[in-house]
Amino acid sequence: MSENALAVQPDVEQPAQKSASTSNMLLKLLRYSGLKLGALLIAVVIGIYLTILIANMGGYVDRILKGQIREQVSISVGMDPEIRQLPAEQRNQIIEEYISVEEERLGLNQPFLIRSFRFLYRALTLNLGRAQFMSSDSGSRLVSNIILERLPPTLLYMATANLLLFFVSLFFALYLSRNYGSLLDKLVIALSPISAAPAWFYGIFLILLFAAVLGWLPFGGMVAAPPPQDLVGRALSIGRHLILPVTAWLVSGFFGSVYGWRTFFLIFSMEDYVELARAKGLSDREVERRYILRPTLPNIITNFALMLITLWQGAIIAETIFNWPGLGRLLFQAIGHFDTAVIVGSAVIYAYLLAFTVFFLDFIYAIVDPRVRVGSGGAH
Amino acid sequence: MKWFTQTLKDIRQYPSAVIGLAIILVMVGMAIYTIIAIPYSEAIRLWRGGEDIWGDNPRTVPPAWTNLFREQTQPETLVLRMGDEGVTKSTSVISENMDDVTIEYTFDYDYDGFPQSLSVFFTAQYEERLPHASMSWVTPDGRTIRLGEISVGSAETYRIDQDDRLVRRLDGVEPRIGLFADPDLETPTVVKGTYTLRVEGVVFEEESDLDARFVLYGQVHGLAGTDHRRRDLTVALLWGTPIALSFGLLAALGTTVTTMIIAAIGVWFGGVVDGLIQRITEINMVLPFLPILIMVGTFFENGRSIWVILGWVIALSIFGAGIKGYRAIFLQVKESPYIEAAQAYGASNWRLIISYLVPRIIPVLIPGLVSAIPAYVFLEASLAVLGIGDPILPTWGKLIDDARSNGALHNGQYYWVLQPAVLLMVVGLAFALLGFALDRIFNPRLREV
Repeated sequence: MSENALAVQPDVEQPAQKSASTSNMLLKLLRYSGLKLGALLIAVVIGIYLTILIANMGGYVDRILKGQIREQVSISVGMDPEIRQLPAEQRNQIIEEYISVEEERLGLNQPFLIRSFRFLYRALTLNLGRAQFMSSDSGSRLVSNIILERLPPTLLYMATANLLLFFVSLFFALYLSRNYGSLLDKLVIALSPISAAPAWFYGIFLILLFAAVLGWLPFGGMVAAPPPQDLVGRALSIGRHLILPVTAWLVSGFFGSVYGWRTFFLIFSMEDYVELARAKGLSDREVERRYILRPTLPNIITNFALMLITLWQGAIIAETIFNWPGLGRLLFQAIGHFDTAVIVGSAVIYAYLLAFTVFFLDFIYAIVDPRVRVGSGGAH
Repeated sequence: MKWFTQTLKDIRQYPSAVIGLAIILVMVGMAIYTIIAIPYSEAIRLWRGGEDIWGDNPRTVPPAWTNLFREQTQPETLVLRMGDEGVTKSTSVISENMDDVTIEYTFDYDYDGFPQSLSVFFTAQYEERLPHASMSWVTPDGRTIRLGEISVGSAETYRIDQDDRLVRRLDGVEPRIGLFADPDLETPTVVKGTYTLRVEGVVFEEESDLDARFVLYGQVHGLAGTDHRRRDLTVALLWGTPIALSFGLLAALGTTVTTMIIAAIGVWFGGVVDGLIQRITEINMVLPFLPILIMVGTFFENGRSIWVILGWVIALSIFGAGIKGYRAIFLQVKESPYIEAAQAYGASNWRLIISYLVPRIIPVLIPGLVSAIPAYVFLEASLAVLGIGDPILPTWGKLIDDARSNGALHNGQYYWVLQPAVLLMVVGLAFALLGFALDRIFNPRLREV
């Protein structure tokens, strides 16, 4: 399943009456965007709160953590020869003291409900706080540092793979829509079910073939160990490690994406005004640019924007399969460590990015597509 | 019914869809066979079983059919028990309290490869004095090699490969090779022919008896090979079928149908209800789908059960992205005159939704549903690969995970990864092909492009 299959449709309203005065229009625009922004922010707040509840499992993770603390403290106290010699009563007192200090450190001494709202407030103000167990490679416990450290590898992988996928499939689809019915076109249609399988799945095949059997490329990771000292060597090594993950992503996404765009362009190129433009004798290039690409621009922009957001999340499974030290793997590790601060931190940044993208997309539609106007009516 | 036969007729025009449908039918047949042949509880018992169930299987060996592609044929596992062909047992009285029990295991060995290992499993009945057994090995060229001696408790295992004295007698060559190799050749080569393992036991009591089972662990096994715990992969490959099909189908059905009904309700009632549904959709959009599933699998009690995950998948997808598409279609349908007519004669809201709105969307729903199945089949595998697959059921995804975490790719045990992966691929492709054709059949607009 594609990890982010969101198809956000613009709220396309019918063209309003032209007679509306400009100031009235502006007021409407303000009102509309205010409402829209409010709705999106409410969605973010509730979505994040739900994520916090699930990430803490309504307080269940607290109990697990408390149990872990008790066990650790008991063990460490038991190892201390000075404390071990004390009478049992005194020893237990010391254990309880240590436990309460540790629980206070993690904030476990307050009821979950209160903490959940404090979590929410901190998350929404992007005060991501400290991780409970994880730390960045540089040793920092700050969630923002941990996330920032993993961001470049994820961006490198996801941006390379997604940008390639997006533009190559877009232009290839345009080419196919010009030559539709050709052998190549039929081949792409026939191959489009390949996209039913996710990237990690092809990753396994690719690792098997190119790493295990042929030994041409590394099994995983981002850079050879030990990393080459010089910059060029390191860049080459990273490039070599990037080949298989990116290929897996492309194999999984390419044919489905090309098929989707191609069909989309074909539907638009069968409109009457396109026929008319052709009849007028405009060149193919001109027709494509002015009569096919122009009306499909909002969709292209939407897809591009949503693709950019998905970069942020990384690819949990593909990164795990390829041992790629990115955000997706970080998230998976954080869940394994019950480190809710990291999970919520990752979720809140995604939520904000998504909400603002959706919000600004509406304005971009209005700019690129004159048919989109803020107007009354329509069941919104 | 007429509609159904018409659809079938349409499908026949798409060869890819026919292939897809055929594969699906074969898979469904396989699933039904599996459930009947290996009932649920039996499958779990087998898959969770240890040495007691799988002790006679070799460890991590490829399927037997790989021999077809090998120049050097590899041995299959040979288990010789009392009463099998080639096993003879004779008892002779030595003295009043001493009986001599001789068991001979004779078998033909026609393979080029050496076995994985050799073991003799003894069982004995006695009151006080343990029976004693000594073993020897006769090769086709007439050599006799003395093996170990053992005092047999009620159940005793003699692993020929771990007998250090025997290794020394064979000049440091592993017994699994040394016992079969031609001593005159530099590179170990199997001497083909009839081998005999002779167990000469002595029992010291009247009622005492000695029995043994000889296992020659092969290098290939069964239809699908075995894993690191000697389990036969056939069980998991077979049981993966009903699980993948039912998970995919139920998840796709659950998500598409509920989403559609919610969209219909929103469109029909409009106003506050519609607004509320839209808001919930926006909230749902913010929720991170896969991380939540991983959290459920990691944190929740029973969270790894495939049925719990199924519930969460459906719950998280009800207000999913699909709602907007259905909404757009319902908005058009709502304006149709026949809806107005139905309203005029006083049809209730629910009747309008269920009998008038929903049926109109079925042409869109069915291809969408079929095309969604592979995504969910792979979702189950994805979760398993992340280590949060169902803890007790064997699934294809769990096989891939087992293989990966035991270094199958690094150790060249490709069959372990490839078999479940190919099955996943075949099922995914079959549904994708069918869904693709159905999409064109039900949406004639697509047929032109």
